[in-house]
Amino acid sequence: MAKLFQAAESTGSVSGPPSAGEYLNDHVFRSIALSSAFLIIALVAFILWEIGREAMPAISDYGLGFVTGTTWNVSKEEFGVLPEIWGTLYSSLLALLIGGVFGISIAIFLTQDFINHRVATVFRTIVEMLAAIPSVVFGLWGIYVLIPLLKPGAEWLHDSLGWFPLFGTNLSGPGMAPAALVLAIMILPTVAAISVDAFRRIPYKVKEAAYGMGTTRWEAILKVMLPTASSGVLAALVLGFGRALGETMALAMLIGNANQISLSLFSPANTLASLLASNFPEAGRVEVQALMYAALVLLAITFLVNVAGLAVQQYTIRKFEGKK
Amino acid sequence: MSDFDLSLESADVRPRPRLDYQVLEPRALKSGFLTVLTWLAALLASIPLISVIYMLLVQGGTRLFGADVIEVLTGLPPAGFELGGGIGPAILGTLVMVGIASLLSIPLGILAAVYLGVLEPSSKIASTSRFLSKVLTGFPSILAGVFVYAVLVIRFGYSAFAGGVALAVLMLPTVVLAAEEAMAQVPQRMKDAAYGMGCTRTQVIWKVVLPTALPGILTGVMLAIAGASGESAPLLFTALFSNYYISELAEPTASLSILIYNFSGMPFENQIELAWTASLVLVLIVLMFNILARIVGRPKV
Repeated sequence: MAKLFQAAESTGSVSGPPSAGEYLNDHVFRSIALSSAFLIIALVAFILWEIGREAMPAISDYGLGFVTGTTWNVSKEEFGVLPEIWGTLYSSLLALLIGGVFGISIAIFLTQDFINHRVATVFRTIVEMLAAIPSVVFGLWGIYVLIPLLKPGAEWLHDSLGWFPLFGTNLSGPGMAPAALVLAIMILPTVAAISVDAFRRIPYKVKEAAYGMGTTRWEAILKVMLPTASSGVLAALVLGFGRALGETMALAMLIGNANQISLSLFSPANTLASLLASNFPEAGRVEVQALMYAALVLLAITFLVNVAGLAVQQYTIRKFEGKK
Repeated sequence: MSDFDLSLESADVRPRPRLDYQVLEPRALKSGFLTVLTWLAALLASIPLISVIYMLLVQGGTRLFGADVIEVLTGLPPAGFELGGGIGPAILGTLVMVGIASLLSIPLGILAAVYLGVLEPSSKIASTSRFLSKVLTGFPSILAGVFVYAVLVIRFGYSAFAGGVALAVLMLPTVVLAAEEAMAQVPQRMKDAAYGMGCTRTQVIWKVVLPTALPGILTGVMLAIAGASGESAPLLFTALFSNYYISELAEPTASLSILIYNFSGMPFENQIELAWTASLVLVLIVLMFNILARIVGRPKV
C-alpha cells in the first residue's frame, strides 16, 4: 500500500488517500452541516412552541370564542378577532383580484413574444423594483398620494351608488380601498414572477403547434398556453394570497385600524397583522397573551395557504419535468 | 374506370379555409383588442413605481440633495415643533441590526445549504428542512417579531440584538434556498474529479463546490440583506425606537423603517419631510444591495 503511493508521489501526483486529520475534519464539518440543516427544523418548531406557549393562557381563557368574538376591549379583558380575520381575508381577496389580473397579464406580456428583448428587460426591472420597495415606503406613499387621489372618486361613488354595499360609506381617510390597492401592488411581483416561471416551463413546440393550426396569438394564449400553465398560475395566485395575508406595515398605516366588519370598500377596517403591529408595542401582560393568540391564528391561516400554494407549485414542476 | 371517381375531388363543395390574413375578421379583432389591453395593463402597473420614485425624489430629495445634507444624515430626529434634525441614529441602527442578522443567518444558512445541496440532498432531514425553508419564505414578517418578543424581549427587554435576531429569522430561508440552488448547479463531474483524487467530501465542498457556487450564493446573500434592510414589522416591538445613537446592543435602537412609520402619522411638516428623506435613503440602501446582487451574480468570463 505505502509503496503504491510512494510511486504516485515520485511522479508529482497530488492524489492520495485522506490522512487521519482530514478524516476527522470531514466528520466534524459534516456533523456541523447536518446540525445546521436540523436547526432550521428546530427553529420552526421553536417558533410554534414559543408563540403557542405564550398564547396558552389566552387560549384556555377565551377558547374558540376568541375567533368568533367581535370586541377588543383591553380594560374589560374582552378579546375577539373576527373583524380582524374578516379584514385580513377581505383585503387579501381584493388585492388578489387586482394584483392577480395585472400579475398574470404582465406574465403573459413578458413571455408570449409581445415585445422584444430590450423592452422586456425594462418591464422586468420595473416589476423587480416594485418588489424591492419596502412595505413602509408604500404605506407612506399610500397616505400622501393614494388616499388623496381616491377621495374624490370615492365620494362620487358613495353619493351616486351609496345603496350598493361596496360603496356604503364614505372614505374619510384610511380605509379598505387604499389598503387593498397597495396590497395589490405589493403582491403583483410575486404573482408575476411565479406565473412567468409557469409559462416558461411550457415547451416552445406547444405554441408552435397551436400557431400551426392557424390560431391567432390570443387564441393560442387563452386556449393552449393558459390551460397548460394553469397549475403554475394557480400556485402564483395562492402564494400571492399568502403574501397578502401576512403583509403588515403598509396595512397598519392605511387600513384605519377600526374594529368592525363591513363590506364597504371605503370604511376603515383592521387585519390580524396590523392589529399586532399597532397594539403590541404598548400592550400589557393580558393583552400580550391575547395578541399571541391572534398571532397563532395568523400563523395557522398563512401556513395553510402557503403549504397549499407550495403543493400546487410542486405538482406543476413534476408535471413538466417528470418525477423529481 | 377505377373504384374511385377522381372528378369527385374537384366537385368538393366543402368550404376551403382562407389562409390569407384577415385584419377585420372577428377573431383577429379580438386578438388585437386583447393585445392593446395587455399593453395597457403593463403600462398601468408601472405607474405606482414611477409615482413612488417621483415622490421619493421630490419630497425626500429636497432635504437629501440640499445644503443641510450633513445634518440630515447625522443629526438626531427632531421632537414636536422643532425644525431641522436628521435621521443619523436610524441609519446607523438599521445597519447595525442588519449586520447582526447577517452574522447570524449567513453562516448558518450556507452550512445548512451544504447539507441540503451537496451532502444528503434526498434524506428525510434535507427534504423536511427544504420544505420548511420554503414555508418560512412566506412567513409573515411580523410573526418573526412576535417570536423574538416571546423568546428575548420578555426576558431581556427591547434591544438591537433582539431586532437583529428577528431579521435573521427572515433572512435565513432566502440564504438557504439560494445557496442550495447555487450548489446544486455545480456540475457532478467536477465533484467526481475531486473525489477521484481522493478528496474527502469536506475538501470537495471547500475547494470545488463553494468556490464554483460562490456567485450564486453571494446573490442570495445580497438579496436577503436587501430584504432585511427594508423590513419594519419585525422591529416594531423588538428593537422599538430611540432618539439617540446606539451605544450598546442591549438597548432600544432606532431604524429607518420605524422612523418612517412613526413620523408618517405626525401632524408636523418637518417630520413628514424627514419621513420621505428616510424613505429615499432606505430605498437607496435596498437598491444598492439589489444591484450588488446582480453584479456578483453575473457569470465571470
